[in-house]
Amino acid sequence: MLEIKDLRAAIDGKEILKGITLSVKPGEVHAVMGPNGSGKSTLASVLAGRETFEVTGGSVSYLGEDLLELPAEDRARKGIFLGFQYPVEIPGVSMVNFMKTAINEQRKFKGMDPISASDFLKLMREKKEIVEITSSLTNRSVNEGFSGGEKKKNEIFQMAMLEPKLAILDETDSGLDIDALRIVANGVNKLRNKDNATIVITHYQRLLDHIVPDHVHVLYKGRIVKSSGKELALELEEKGYDWLKEEN
Amino acid sequence: MTPIELQEELTSLYTQHADTIAKSSSETINNRRVKAMEDFVRLGIPSKKTEEYRYTNLMPYLKGEYTYELAPARFSVDLNDLFRCDIPTLDTNIVLALNGFFYEKNQIDRLPEGVIISSLAKASLEYPELVNQHYSRYADTSLDSLAALNTLFAQDGIFIYVPKNVVLDKPIQIINVGFSLQNLRITRRNLFVAEAGSQASILICDHTLCKSSFITNSLTEVYVGENARLDIVRMQNENDKSSLINNSFIYQAANSHLSSNTISLHGGLIRNNVFTKLDGKGANNETYGLFFCKEDQHVASFTHIHHAKPNCTSDQLFKGVLDDNATGAFNGKILVDKYASKTLAYQRNHNILLSKQAKMNTKPQLEIYNDDVKCSHGATVGQINEEALFYLRSRGIARKEAHHLLMYAFADEVISKISLEPLRERMNDMVEKRLRGELSHCENCAIQHN
Ligand SMILES: Nc1ncnc2c1ncn2[C@@H]1O[C@H](COP(=O)(O)OP(=O)(O)OP(=O)(O)O)[C@@H](O)[C@H]1O
Ligand SMILES: [Mg+2]
Repeated sequence: MLEIKDLRAAIDGKEILKGITLSVKPGEVHAVMGPNGSGKSTLASVLAGRETFEVTGGSVSYLGEDLLELPAEDRARKGIFLGFQYPVEIPGVSMVNFMKTAINEQRKFKGMDPISASDFLKLMREKKEIVEITSSLTNRSVNEGFSGGEKKKNEIFQMAMLEPKLAILDETDSGLDIDALRIVANGVNKLRNKDNATIVITHYQRLLDHIVPDHVHVLYKGRIVKSSGKELALELEEKGYDWLKEEN
Repeated sequence: MTPIELQEELTSLYTQHADTIAKSSSETINNRRVKAMEDFVRLGIPSKKTEEYRYTNLMPYLKGEYTYELAPARFSVDLNDLFRCDIPTLDTNIVLALNGFFYEKNQIDRLPEGVIISSLAKASLEYPELVNQHYSRYADTSLDSLAALNTLFAQDGIFIYVPKNVVLDKPIQIINVGFSLQNLRITRRNLFVAEAGSQASILICDHTLCKSSFITNSLTEVYVGENARLDIVRMQNENDKSSLINNSFIYQAANSHLSSNTISLHGGLIRNNVFTKLDGKGANNETYGLFFCKEDQHVASFTHIHHAKPNCTSDQLFKGVLDDNATGAFNGKILVDKYASKTLAYQRNHNILLSKQAKMNTKPQLEIYNDDVKCSHGATVGQINEEALFYLRSRGIARKEAHHLLMYAFADEVISKISLEPLRERMNDMVEKRLRGELSHCENCAIQHN
């Protein structure tokens, strides 16, 4: 469903992604790992359509369409979801209004009528249960004053609300306590099916105990320097990245 | 035209019509003109050299050919039929002012015993002592030449009186209408008196009903007695060719409460000056403002909060959104007297520039002569938060809609301060329309301008 070919991206003339090739099929989970600053979040942002990064080469096709041609909102409407490493606080925009607007924009795109008030409330209730977040959070402004862990749970809540086809989760596990990690992982697993795919960006094996990946990739200096099965994550946990850095 | 030439034009306009103006007015109103003339002549039209107007260049907006009306205009149409600015969920006492004059066909509902809503000119004849006790007692014409100019020309406006301990449940809604086939200069003078223990809320809507250009010099004096509570909401929505200079002089007695919320949606030049004197222990003042401007508009807020007695609190929040070539200014002064111990005074000013050309000048001024005070101020001028914009878009929300959500969130902090719910909802609605570019007139106005 996602074909990334030799993707290059730069910011302020500085090349950060230096030729990434990656193929994701429906039903798969891919883990992307790699040292700090290697370009993982940049890859996620470019896929989600962030214009601050300039695509300098390569191609990305998503469900047979040229993804790079689409503005961020259209990508989201077509099923791409980015779980932010650093979710943004938006004072004054309520979670409820935010989610209702997002759902309705998605529905409009599909030619559907706006969701009814009661259906929306039902949907909210249902999805809140999946990620075990309380109304005290969803009654507030988007991420405003949320703790680090609460912000991450809120990302999964939004993902549950929007039911994406391709979810890219950027370090959704960092800053989570053990219970929260389990909840988030369960949330992701509950939403998995044979038609959708997930890319999880993480530094830790422990998330991958819960969300078992089909493929693990190591990103280093803007390139994928190693791809393998789930055992690669264990190897990295044990040996660190130095052996890979030396090879490259 | 130079400021001096304009000053001469206006003084000669006055001299030429002084007799007519005097004849239409009471002694009370006439008595204040001599000092007003002195102050106006001495101060002149504010120029770049006038500290308070450093960032507001009035001349481009004030020059040009304008007529002046010395008596209420008469139209065959009844504004009551034309102008149904009713708030569906809110029952208000509507009072219209046409080109600065109390509208002759006003249909004011029965009011509680002793409450007066009337023409200022008429009230000053009918209740000379009452009006004389307050008229031009709070407006210090030596502080602002346009306040002096207003006092010089003053003929009419709205007079509101709420007697001791009377609680007005129904808000009063003043609708100021500019309606003229020729460009028109308007003088408007209001006086609101809320006696001890009384409570009232006043909504003031400023409109122009046609495409002519108006220059309005408006001055409102407000007296809030002991333990009284007055809430004032202003909605400024004149056409973008018009200029509005709006002076407010507020006097608060002990333990009184006054909130003022000014929402500026449209207008070429809007200058809001608020002079507040907290002159009794425990008085509480809230002064809030929100504006949107674009193209060549200029919106300036000038506040002067004088803490004269102990234990008073004041809270100011002003927010602005500027697009295109628009410019804005905020000048907020807090003066704490040496007697005013235990003062709490807060001030915040936040602005968003939507274009590279838009400009905002913000300047807090604190003058404190007492050690036992808590004061804070903060000001920011920034752009729209791109991170937040992308976050919203990444959830499928179109850029335009996301932009709208963020602007609305920015504005909401001020709107949410309006205590009367139906008024708050109405302002919400108006701001929402303004943000969507759908607002150029009130929904229910029969005559529309662009
Ligand atoms: N807006 C930006 N301006 C300049 N440089 C940037 C910007 N965003 C990212 N970079 C640089 O790009 C490189 C890759 O950053 P990126 O955030 O993609 O790394 P990462 O792999 O996600 O790291 P981490 O594991 O710490 O999250 C870094 O060197 C970073 O400093
Ligand atoms: Mg990162």
